[in-house]
Amino acid sequence: MADCVIELRNLWTIFGTQVVHRDISLCVERGEILSLVGGSGSGKSTMLRQMLALERPSRGDVLVFGHSLINGDPLELRRLRNRWGVLFQEGALYSALSVFENVATPLRELKALDEGLIHDLVILKLEMVGIEAKHAEKMPSALSGGMIKRIGLARALALEPELLFLDEPTAGLDPDRSESFVTLIAEIRRELGLTVVMVTHDLDTLVSLSDRVAVLADQQIVAIGSVQDIAKATHQFIANFFQGERGKRALEAIKGMGIEAPASPIAAQQGT
Amino acid sequence: MATAASNLTPAWIPPALRLTQAGDGAQTVEIAGAWNLRSLEPMIADMTARLTEPPQEAQWDLSGVTRLDHAGAMMLWRAWGYQRAERLVLRPEHEIIFTHLKLVHATPDEPPSRDRLKFVVAVGEQVLALWEHMVGVVRLLGAVTLNFFEIVRHPSRAPWKEISANVYRTGTQALGITALVGFLVGVVLSYLTGQQLKTFGADIFIVNLLGVAVIRELGPVLAAILIAGRSGSAITAQLGVMRVTEEIDAMAVMGIPHTLRLVLPKMIALAIAMPLIVLWTDAVALFGGMVAAQTELGLGMRYFLSALPEAVPVANLWLGLTKGVVFGILIALLACHYGLRIEPNTESLGAGTTRSVVAAITIVIIVDAIFAVMFSNVGIY
Repeated sequence: MADCVIELRNLWTIFGTQVVHRDISLCVERGEILSLVGGSGSGKSTMLRQMLALERPSRGDVLVFGHSLINGDPLELRRLRNRWGVLFQEGALYSALSVFENVATPLRELKALDEGLIHDLVILKLEMVGIEAKHAEKMPSALSGGMIKRIGLARALALEPELLFLDEPTAGLDPDRSESFVTLIAEIRRELGLTVVMVTHDLDTLVSLSDRVAVLADQQIVAIGSVQDIAKATHQFIANFFQGERGKRALEAIKGMGIEAPASPIAAQQGT
Repeated sequence: MATAASNLTPAWIPPALRLTQAGDGAQTVEIAGAWNLRSLEPMIADMTARLTEPPQEAQWDLSGVTRLDHAGAMMLWRAWGYQRAERLVLRPEHEIIFTHLKLVHATPDEPPSRDRLKFVVAVGEQVLALWEHMVGVVRLLGAVTLNFFEIVRHPSRAPWKEISANVYRTGTQALGITALVGFLVGVVLSYLTGQQLKTFGADIFIVNLLGVAVIRELGPVLAAILIAGRSGSAITAQLGVMRVTEEIDAMAVMGIPHTLRLVLPKMIALAIAMPLIVLWTDAVALFGGMVAAQTELGLGMRYFLSALPEAVPVANLWLGLTKGVVFGILIALLACHYGLRIEPNTESLGAGTTRSVVAAITIVIIVDAIFAVMFSNVGIY
């Protein structure tokens, strides 16, 4: 059996009379970047929230690190939550706290670290995502969307997670920033050996980051595999998604440079 | 903790630190096991203390480390004084983590500067803030007045729907709470004064006392305080959220002045609704007073009502209703002023709403005092 970090077992989600997920099973393997794609209302955000134990499926089970989120005891769930980090779509920074305090909050909540260590770790995380220390005292309302996403990522990484969830990581960023953000995620993932689950609409992000893609349509996962494999599938949604003009362009781009995301000098040193 | 971490990766080894001394006195610190936040968390204070023990020139051997993350590495980095240990044995895959740590430098602990003029500066800032608020309110009032003249000239442009909706929300829906509070205050007031008057045998003066107090003072002030808390806070929060979500900017770019569409209807609505609520509160409070007077003093309701016009000149009622109009306008104006100054964060919304209600109630009481002085010889024999 594969080493599943997240496992969905016969998952059903029903809102009223509407079936969103029909008997879905999925395994997210250790160390991979799995992207969830699907049209609006296909239930990919719901699935992400179920993996985070923010919502419960109607039937079936969700296992993270081998622990059930449905039947597990609350204490276990709290411990699990320290092992994953989440980047929300709008960043979800605490608006009443400064940048520094936002990243320090999860570390303080451990109640184990002294202030000096917390300070150094926060500065390190901020530097890693490219935020200079001089911005640390600013309030989130004074920041641009790109900076908010970077700080959200720094906060998600604060507890040294093994698993990272990204909800639309590049939505709302300009192409330049979106590309540098993708590079940043690829770098951090290589360095820390993270498992990443990502929901995205952006084809460029999808193509340059994903190891595997799971396509949600018709209440099920209609295809799962590498980007190239998926692009060959014949399902209607996939055809529209990848065979459109934008899809073709994005696929064209990876043929040119191979499947590897652009490796940064730092990431290359490690020699993964 | 151990079970959770070892579940998927059987090779989890607890973090360990061992100090060995070779024959020639050279010391070696061996760090081994999972040297990451999750494994170190239960023993972090202990480990931090032990890391400071080895001497400066000790050799650090990290080859036994199975897992290393930034938190674990940072603990070592701090123990080394924000630099790489001179004699360090490191697994090649951990090299990268330490290259990142170079980004962090020791921050010198600068003593917090004590400003002796801090108090004076704080007072000055408060005064300037007050001045700024006053200017802001006057400016808003000016804009709304211009809008008002505009709709007087072109009544078709008036936001009738908004006005009517606001009258319903701030007026009709407030009838219940004002009735309850008015009734209880009327009962309490009548009961207490009735007891005092009985000792002098001046029972029938309860009509004068209650009538003047309720119609002239208590009715308008009670209603204003309730409306300030109820509708004032709602208006501030509504405008605040609209500002946060850029709805007000959206109106501006469509050429819809927000003072005309949002502020003016609220002010007109409260100017209409407040005197009506004052009348309602007066009536219910007097009814409460009558009930108490009947049980306490045995004063019939019929007598009370027939004596009331005699005891309380009608000028008092007009004064009370005028106060209602003025209070209504002031509450709406202040609530809008504070609502339009909300900044896009959660803290500001809460603070702004609180300040709006406090300011509205304070202003209402100040203006009430001004009324009392100005009209001291009106409606009282």
